[in-house]
Amino acid sequence: MRLRIVPDNTNINFFAMARVTFGGSLVMLAASVVVFFVMGLNFGIDFKGGSTIRTESENPVDVGAYRTAIAPLELGDVIITEVFDPTFGDDRNVASVRIQTQGDAESISAETIAAVEAALVGIDPTITFPSVESVGPKVSGELIQSAIVAVLGSLVAILFYIWLRFEWQFAVGAIVALIHDVGLTIGLFSLLQIKFDLAIIAALLTIVGYSINDTVVVFDRVRENLRKFKTMPLVEVLNLSANETLSRTVMTSGTTLLALLALLVLGGDVIRGFVFAIFWGIIVGTYSSIYIAKNVVLMLGVKRDWTPKDPKAGTKFADIDA
Amino acid sequence: MMHISTWRRILIWLVCLAGLVFALPNLFYSRVETANDAREVIESGQSNAELEAAASLWPSFLPSGLVNLGLDLRGGAHLLAEVQVADVYAARMESLWPELRDTLAVERDTLGFVTREESADDELRVRISNPEAAARALELARGLSRPVTSLTGAGTSDIEVRADGAELILTLSEAERAATDDRTVRQALEIVRRRIDEVGTREPTIQRHGADRILIEVPGVGSAEEIKQIIGTTAQLTFQPVVSTASSAEENPGANNEILPSLDSPGVFYVLERSPVVTGEELVDAQPSFDQNGRPAVNFRFNPQGARAFGDYTAENIGSPFAIVLDDEVISAPVIQSHIPGGSGIITGDFSLEESTNLAVLLRAGALPAGLNFLEERTIGPELGADSIEAGKLAALVGSLAVVVLMIASYGIFGVFATIALSFNIVLIFAVLSLLGATLTLPGIAGIVLTVGMAVDANVLIYERIREELKTARGPARAIDLGYEKALSAILDGNVTTLITAIILFLVGSGPVRGFAVTLGLGILTSVFTAIFVTRLLIVIWFERRRPKTIEV
Repeated sequence: MRLRIVPDNTNINFFAMARVTFGGSLVMLAASVVVFFVMGLNFGIDFKGGSTIRTESENPVDVGAYRTAIAPLELGDVIITEVFDPTFGDDRNVASVRIQTQGDAESISAETIAAVEAALVGIDPTITFPSVESVGPKVSGELIQSAIVAVLGSLVAILFYIWLRFEWQFAVGAIVALIHDVGLTIGLFSLLQIKFDLAIIAALLTIVGYSINDTVVVFDRVRENLRKFKTMPLVEVLNLSANETLSRTVMTSGTTLLALLALLVLGGDVIRGFVFAIFWGIIVGTYSSIYIAKNVVLMLGVKRDWTPKDPKAGTKFADIDA
Repeated sequence: MMHISTWRRILIWLVCLAGLVFALPNLFYSRVETANDAREVIESGQSNAELEAAASLWPSFLPSGLVNLGLDLRGGAHLLAEVQVADVYAARMESLWPELRDTLAVERDTLGFVTREESADDELRVRISNPEAAARALELARGLSRPVTSLTGAGTSDIEVRADGAELILTLSEAERAATDDRTVRQALEIVRRRIDEVGTREPTIQRHGADRILIEVPGVGSAEEIKQIIGTTAQLTFQPVVSTASSAEENPGANNEILPSLDSPGVFYVLERSPVVTGEELVDAQPSFDQNGRPAVNFRFNPQGARAFGDYTAENIGSPFAIVLDDEVISAPVIQSHIPGGSGIITGDFSLEESTNLAVLLRAGALPAGLNFLEERTIGPELGADSIEAGKLAALVGSLAVVVLMIASYGIFGVFATIALSFNIVLIFAVLSLLGATLTLPGIAGIVLTVGMAVDANVLIYERIREELKTARGPARAIDLGYEKALSAILDGNVTTLITAIILFLVGSGPVRGFAVTLGLGILTSVFTAIFVTRLLIVIWFERRRPKTIEV
């Protein structure tokens, strides 16, 4: 007996609740934009400049005491967060101390770091510092720039590729779905105030890659069915294609999410934010390829006559089943 | 019908076998690493029983390429430094002044007195007391310029001179600046490399990064702070004439002079002429030694040019003190006892043996031509890296197991085929990473885990398609064939788009992110190979043996 997550021969009308699904997504996207502008992102030192010191101690982390110890140094905004991980035992208590850039200096001085470390050792002699990272404002500015270039560049490249391989309506549908995925991910990171650094940009691009993969598989089937059923209304072709590929969509998302879940729980706290972003992105990416991309194609309409103009050149398009 | 030609079968198995062979060393990471290190030393000419034993830990007929571990996995220091190229302009102007003064002094009768005026660091401004002769002065000053020695700047001269009333303003030309910048960064790179090599850490990465930056990565123990101390010490050595002593740094040193503190005695300051007699650049050697009282000192030797300048100066100034200045601090200011020909001498001071050794190393490695500004510093402890490797391994194992269970539960024997293909996929990723000498980072491990999840996608696409084709009931063989055929375009489109993002990540990202792009991109390529060719071969072999009338996918 085989496991069937999705039963055979489904016939779900994915457009039945378009108002709820597509409309709901638009509302969520709008909410993400609002949250982004109201709460902003919790930028890591990659984008904001400053230093992050990771502390590890045998004693429980007392954020308040850390703060009091560092306060006399007058370093401005200091963010101290305790780091949790299921693999840490009782004698491993980890925290992260983030210091902003001091004045207009290009890098945080060694003295500042040493002073912070000394202050912390003063209240907890068992404390060690497994990693210290500093990024100057000049580099962080460039990193923001290259991050934006990377995300926009990949969107444009994908738009172009889909346009080449399909019709332009499909390309627009795919891009709307991608903007939805990236938007909701940024919105969630803003809402939960999870640290947003260079790795999250990599995660965003991975989401873009995964989501487009999902969307393309559905589109590929739509294209095939458009040729096969020349008179079937577009909405039915889209529904049929989504139903036919549903089992694959769920299966692939399932295996990927399973692998990522292992990484999320066991992969350590250093990459948790990164893995969380991809995990969330795959959920919204799968959703968007079913509920967003197709809706846009439906709204824009597509060319229905796929018969080649020159009948002699048409053999390679011949339907194998015909 | 399903048919795969024999040569194609052999080729597929060969690729898989090659993958296994090249990925193998990574299973014995520390052993192979020790053997590789030992072999490198032996190749450089040294050899002893211990090294031979270490080298024989791994047979030499097997491949010994390993996946490089990134700093976030191995621990170490990462620094991004910007070379302050403009520093060199100031130094050039400083050295131009005596030359210009001597040139103009020859025609003192027409030009009058020449005085140096305050100016920006990157220009030299002089005033002559006979403004009418400005044209002649301009002509003489222009005679000092030389053609630029670079390909792009050919045909232009290095110094631009313009007159502003009775003042002459000398600046470096654009072409000369560009040529100087490039030379400065290359010199700095070389010196940074030599200094880090002197300390003897293993496999540092020292690269030029953009126009004026240097990327330094030193794996293993050590913090960014230590590395900074090793390379950041500029070791600018100069010998400057002493004008007088002073009691504070606030006193007015007078034109063209400067006040510098003493290294050993606090509160003692020297007023020195700003233009040095000789600089550390003219040193050819420096060795730790002892002075006549048995105290640690440093012996040095100049090149012929430096030796001449030093000899002339000491001959003319017997009885007056001159200062040995290291990084803007006066090490000592001995009185010149006699003419020192031959260009060698000794620096004495209140050194410990270790200090004199370090000073000699720094002097020998040469001065950095310009200051370094550190834009980015990261230190990752080796324990943190080891933890990350362990966590990554465990997560990859558990994740793969979960995927395998789901695949076999869903597709039965076909799930087993997909699992075998998946194992080869991971093996191939490691083989290619080892062959390329690519770097595996923590996000890179995430990339592999993600590939595991996505690699089965191609198989899922094919299997789902076979299921559909089976419904039209034309026999299992035809269904399998059609399944592969029709799933292909979706597989290719999906993977090309993901590959596009991986390439963009690789081009734009750096460090750990780039490591992620590498494993993701490689994973896509290998997964398409294993999903399409390996599973197909497995299915065909299985089908040929069993000849099932019906199949269940």
